Amino acid sequence: MSVKINNSLIINIKVLIFTLSTIPLFRLIYLGLNDGLGANPIELVERSTGTWSLVFLMLSLTITPIRQWSGINSFIQFRRMLGLFMFFYAGLHIVSYVWLDHWFDLMEITKDIVKHPYVLVGFTAFILSVPLAITSTKAMMKRLGGRWKLLHKLVYFIAVLAILHFLWLVKKDHTEPLVYLTVFLSLIALRMAYKYRRHIDLTVPQ
Amino acid sequence: MLIHKKSDILSSEITSKENFENRRTLIKAAGASLITASGIFTGLMSGSANAASGRQKINAFAKSKYGTEEKLTPYDDVTTYNNYYEFGTSKSDPAIESRLFKPSPWTVSIEGAVKKNKQIGIEDIFKLAPLEERIYRMRCVEGWSMVIPWIGFSLAKLIQWAEPTANAKYVEFISLNDDLMMPGQRIHVLDWPYVEGLRMDEAMNPLTIMAVGLYGEVLPNQNGAPMRLVVPWKYGFKGAKAIVRIRFTETMPKTSWMKAGPNEYGFYANVNPTVDHPRWTQSSERRIGGGLFTPRIKTQMFNGYAEQVGQLYSGMDLIKNF
Repeated sequence: MSVKINNSLIINIKVLIFTLSTIPLFRLIYLGLNDGLGANPIELVERSTGTWSLVFLMLSLTITPIRQWSGINSFIQFRRMLGLFMFFYAGLHIVSYVWLDHWFDLMEITKDIVKHPYVLVGFTAFILSVPLAITSTKAMMKRLGGRWKLLHKLVYFIAVLAILHFLWLVKKDHTEPLVYLTVFLSLIALRMAYKYRRHIDLTVPQ
Repeated sequence: MLIHKKSDILSSEITSKENFENRRTLIKAAGASLITASGIFTGLMSGSANAASGRQKINAFAKSKYGTEEKLTPYDDVTTYNNYYEFGTSKSDPAIESRLFKPSPWTVSIEGAVKKNKQIGIEDIFKLAPLEERIYRMRCVEGWSMVIPWIGFSLAKLIQWAEPTANAKYVEFISLNDDLMMPGQRIHVLDWPYVEGLRMDEAMNPLTIMAVGLYGEVLPNQNGAPMRLVVPWKYGFKGAKAIVRIRFTETMPKTSWMKAGPNEYGFYANVNPTVDHPRWTQSSERRIGGGLFTPRIKTQMFNGYAEQVGQLYSGMDLIKNF
């Protein structure tokens, strides 16, 4: 089964996704300008950008199962943008940490990263996502060929680190990070179920 | 020809304006109670909601020599940014979820190593000693801080009244255990009820107070009404809220946070910029009330109260006894 979506519809959907994806950013700007960031504005900016980065990471990981189970391959065309928005919000997350939270105090930041496991895994997740963002263009895909796919498998490791980062930073109530863990594991399960089904389809004589 | 068709609605069925309005109010009230009480204990609403939302001035209190030159944290921040897991784990939860909480009538039991077990009503506690304002820094273990004008009295006064025996080496503070009024207790994030403790000399130190108010007003529910502990040289979690039992013991009490994370939260929990928490840097802190571009400030030893309390810990290994 192969359903094709025409190009103009894809472009329209892309514009829609792009617009929706900037809402968290404009919300923060709006709240910032209207004294709406609460008692601890820096914490709120850090939390919000971190959360949205994780949400976009999960969204980019839902593309493949949707494509597989619906049979509509065109869905793959939305994946890069979602992945780049994950990188964008992760970048804002890091900027707010380095700038607003620590005022470029590199000594303090280094100490914080080395001494506190949750900062270390979060920072590692961001560093690992840099090559993925750089190689996200069509030209880079072509240049890397088969190795591109292998390199971008890193996203699963990044997801594990990001969830661990969240899990370890929470003081006591782990509900929220566990929700992300559940979503992540379900997405992995959907991939495995699809592979298994195809395996049966291919090996069992019809 | 005109045909008079009789209305098929009986006049008795037509809702009078008055009735209509009444129903609207009922529906509105039901809606409001669903929002505030999750519809579980609507009955509690009527009396307490009004009492809780109204801010009550404390008429008689003295200004004290305890104060700092630092800028006070705005009232709205002090009362909407709270760690009070009995009302939920998010900082914004307590202000909302504590609206149905009833801080009176309230009785506090005195027990353990005392001459005689006693009980005292909150209104009598108010009369134990003259109330005074104490402006203290409060440093949370999470790396943020406030400056709060508490109203209260020296804990030493309450302890003198309690008459502990020579066996009393520690004081244990036990908070209310009531998941009807404290919805956060329906989730087992901590071993309820909340338990905190102090060594006897820490409890008797003149800096240690029982707070019953802040900003010249009766303590808001979300800040620990009707009575909470304030120990300004220790991390904020030492300040047990809504205290119902005070127990004098010979052995060191096992506090809720010590049970929850023995390698993260110690009994002493003195503010100490040189001893890091496994999760948070303790060398600096964010003062609440600043904007997006307000830098952190350096955390001081014993939260800046080293002169008054440093001698309590002379010769002690503060890395081991964190």
